[in-house]
Amino acid sequence: MNLSNANRIKLPEIVPTRSRFRNPIGKYRLALNNDCTSCGICVDVCPYGVHVIKRGKVYVKNHYLCVGDDCPNPCHRVCPVNAISITRNPTFEVLGDYRWPADLLASTWYMAEFGKMPPKGLEYKCGKSGGGFDKIKIAFRKDQSADMEDDDIDVGVELNRRGDNAHRVRIEVPFYGGGMSYGSVSISTMLSRMRAAKALGTFCCTGEGGYPDELKPYDDNVITQVATGLFGVREETIQRVKIVEFKYAQGAKPGLGGHLLGEKVTPGVARMRESVVGYPLFSPFPFHSVYSVEDHKKHVDWIKAMNPKALVSVKVSTPTDVDMVAIGSYYAGAHIIHLDGSYGGTGAAPEIAKKNIAMPIEYAVPRVHQFLTKEGVRDKITVVASGGIRCPHDFIKVIAMGADAICTGTADMVSLECVRCNKCESGRGCARGIATTDAELAKMIDVEWGTQRVINMFLAWRSEIIRILKKLGMKSLKELVGRTDCLVHLDYIQKGKE
Amino acid sequence: MSSKYVIHTKQVPDRFKALSKSGVIAWEEGCLKCAVCVKKQCVYGVYDNRGLDPRQMIDSIDNQCMNCYRCVQSCPKELIQKSINPEFKVMGDTHWTPDIIARLWYQAQTGKIPVSGAGYPGPFTGPGFDSMWTDMSEIVRPTRDGIHGREYISTSIDIGSIPKQLMFSDKGDLIGREPLVMDIPLPIIFRLPSFGSISENTLMGWARAARHLGILLALPAKLINGNLEGYKSNLIPIFSAEDKVKKLGDEIRMVKVLWDGKNKKLLETVRRLYPRTLIAVSLPLKKGSLKEITDLISEGYSIFNLEATFQGRSADDQSRFAKDDIRSIHQTLVKDGIRNEITLTASGGFAMAEHVAKAVICGVDGVFIDFPILIALECRMCRRCEKGLTCPVEIENASQKWVAARTENMMGAWHNQLLEIMGAMGIREARRLRGEAGRAMFFDELDREIFGTMDKLEEGLELE
Repeated sequence: MNLSNANRIKLPEIVPTRSRFRNPIGKYRLALNNDCTSCGICVDVCPYGVHVIKRGKVYVKNHYLCVGDDCPNPCHRVCPVNAISITRNPTFEVLGDYRWPADLLASTWYMAEFGKMPPKGLEYKCGKSGGGFDKIKIAFRKDQSADMEDDDIDVGVELNRRGDNAHRVRIEVPFYGGGMSYGSVSISTMLSRMRAAKALGTFCCTGEGGYPDELKPYDDNVITQVATGLFGVREETIQRVKIVEFKYAQGAKPGLGGHLLGEKVTPGVARMRESVVGYPLFSPFPFHSVYSVEDHKKHVDWIKAMNPKALVSVKVSTPTDVDMVAIGSYYAGAHIIHLDGSYGGTGAAPEIAKKNIAMPIEYAVPRVHQFLTKEGVRDKITVVASGGIRCPHDFIKVIAMGADAICTGTADMVSLECVRCNKCESGRGCARGIATTDAELAKMIDVEWGTQRVINMFLAWRSEIIRILKKLGMKSLKELVGRTDCLVHLDYIQKGKE
Repeated sequence: MSSKYVIHTKQVPDRFKALSKSGVIAWEEGCLKCAVCVKKQCVYGVYDNRGLDPRQMIDSIDNQCMNCYRCVQSCPKELIQKSINPEFKVMGDTHWTPDIIARLWYQAQTGKIPVSGAGYPGPFTGPGFDSMWTDMSEIVRPTRDGIHGREYISTSIDIGSIPKQLMFSDKGDLIGREPLVMDIPLPIIFRLPSFGSISENTLMGWARAARHLGILLALPAKLINGNLEGYKSNLIPIFSAEDKVKKLGDEIRMVKVLWDGKNKKLLETVRRLYPRTLIAVSLPLKKGSLKEITDLISEGYSIFNLEATFQGRSADDQSRFAKDDIRSIHQTLVKDGIRNEITLTASGGFAMAEHVAKAVICGVDGVFIDFPILIALECRMCRRCEKGLTCPVEIENASQKWVAARTENMMGAWHNQLLEIMGAMGIREARRLRGEAGRAMFFDELDREIFGTMDKLEEGLELE
């Protein structure tokens, strides 16, 4: 009998959930010229449903599903009248950036629509940043692959390792939603993420912007954040949840605190944050009451006094002495140390900070893991990584470097069709209705639709993670933690060969 | 205590339409003439703002498009596409990249620091200054209430030689000469760019900006005449071997001499004619720079500028970055116990505010910047002027006032960015930022330390 408890909850179903927009963006574009006789051969040969026939007429309905040259059965080769031409979509070339190239965006959209990894045609395993995750590969040894059922693989994570009086919390998937405040994102976006978290047996963090009443039905899956501005923090909100997160710093703008631009402070946001409509809000840095580990412990004790069963997570960014910060947090009584790497997401941050301050998560996790191991406390604290973990392959790499679980943020946004235009902060906020408090724009997201998109993406992640673990011959995710021998770095193997 | 150093900025419009990274392309053929065209629904009102009939399908590189892709994704006939602007892509070179140029335009126009949403979209690491990160301080550090709060983060630096101690006679009089030191409120000095469609108005504008900002502008001594004379206290005349050194007046606070490694006579003449003026010796950044500096120190010179190339590389080896040479020269001078007695600056290739902070962390007191003050005036780095062709943005015709305001805006944005970096580090003085390499992270060291062991490629390994 399987005792791994891998399926304590019934996983939600995958429901195909198409783009909100009429024309999903794909890598290729097809054109049918006037020679087309609507014979329907292309409709039959295409494995991806690109062509459809309607009232006796063939047309291209789903350009975005075409895999181009990767297609095993290309329609344009079998077309009897050579009516089909396939070209790269010029829009696709403009889309994306080094971290999230167009391929990675499009594959995440695919996952959010279909709940599985894209078949072909898209590079979904890494980005083009030229370093860190994008230079590291997962190394599989021969005959390592385990012959197991997917359900036998345990990808859940215990969050309370101190063995104290706090809740025994286990997440059924090895990730939870990182903090995005009410104000930086719309209530529909928040609800979509929150409901997906509940369905998947995990959590989602409120961010620093209060705890809207709409989230009450999901109390058991909410992490509430206590950050330096203390916006919306009340005794009652602390008592409602199982996990409380202290945000000391944020990877995108370490050492600089938060900033909500005036335009985003709508009446709803102002009410929640007990502030004035239209005035920008600054969350200062650092906590003005914390200048030492002892002060930090006082904060943790304060939470424990209000909610003795709560797990305490400490979110920090990644300075050179991140290992010392981690051990300090452990001794102050934290259950979770959450490392937010310097390339993490944000609603608005100075570009100089996003690019330069603090170290990427790929450096911080091995450092902290090794240091906590050396200090003999690694198995007493949960290490959660975030800040630039974009896809299942990044996930596997960061766990092998030493994290127990991860937080996601940008990936959730992309599943809701974020195009990474970087304009979250401008005017009325996100033109695509994701990161906005504008009442009209926020209507662009239907909560049912959003929930299913997030669920689909994470179910795709989950099956991909299980596939990789099986291929590595591992029965549970725990076995992978800190296994850097499962990774190779392309720069160093080449140097080793020379 | 002196009052806080603040650079006041205000919107200063472009004179020409800025080049944008990508544009919208729309076709007319096949248009259904929908009752409400998706172009009408643009959240940013781009199609309305550009003053064209929004129903008119025109091929246009639009600098107002914010890349939300909504029109692209909503047009029922898929007639709207995005496209890279080739003109943008070919701007500048690998060092002065199109993105850097566009960001400088924005700063000069608005006086604001670039802020955006979502995580950093750029490469993991890069050449030169892109291969280092700055530190931050998590919990344990002195209190502050935001970088614009009550506490003051100073970006001032000293230029000159600070003696280890002052000696006084029994009567309390200073023995020897009063030390020559000048402090400027930014670790930045302007320098005339080596090309550009520059007129007297441009020079006057920069001089005005330098005076207003409390810093200086370095330019060949022979250009200091006419109206510029009024700005002498904010000008640094540059003398080279070809120049006949002349006395320009007591208002001159600092002169710069281009040292070619042999012309001792030039140095002597300058020293003779400018006895109470700071003398900066500028030498090409190369392998032997350190030796030259130590020799010149022994002859009593105390301000040195390391001159890197246009792209921030060593003068004798294009593969070496100024950052690395600066670091090693600084470290050696520290080890030899003489670093505090001199001022070290660098020039060449400084293109962004972060370069200033990083150069200071690597060991210089301040930097000379040249092309950013030209790019502030909408320069596209096309270098047509070098070939004697006309400037596409007619920099030479810009008014003094506009030049000064754009330049000040950019410096306002740079100053604030220095505050951001220093604030996050918990450092409140640019003087203390100098050489703080322990509070920075270097790709070359960190990457190997963390990933160096992931180098085992066994037989039959499958990589994914």
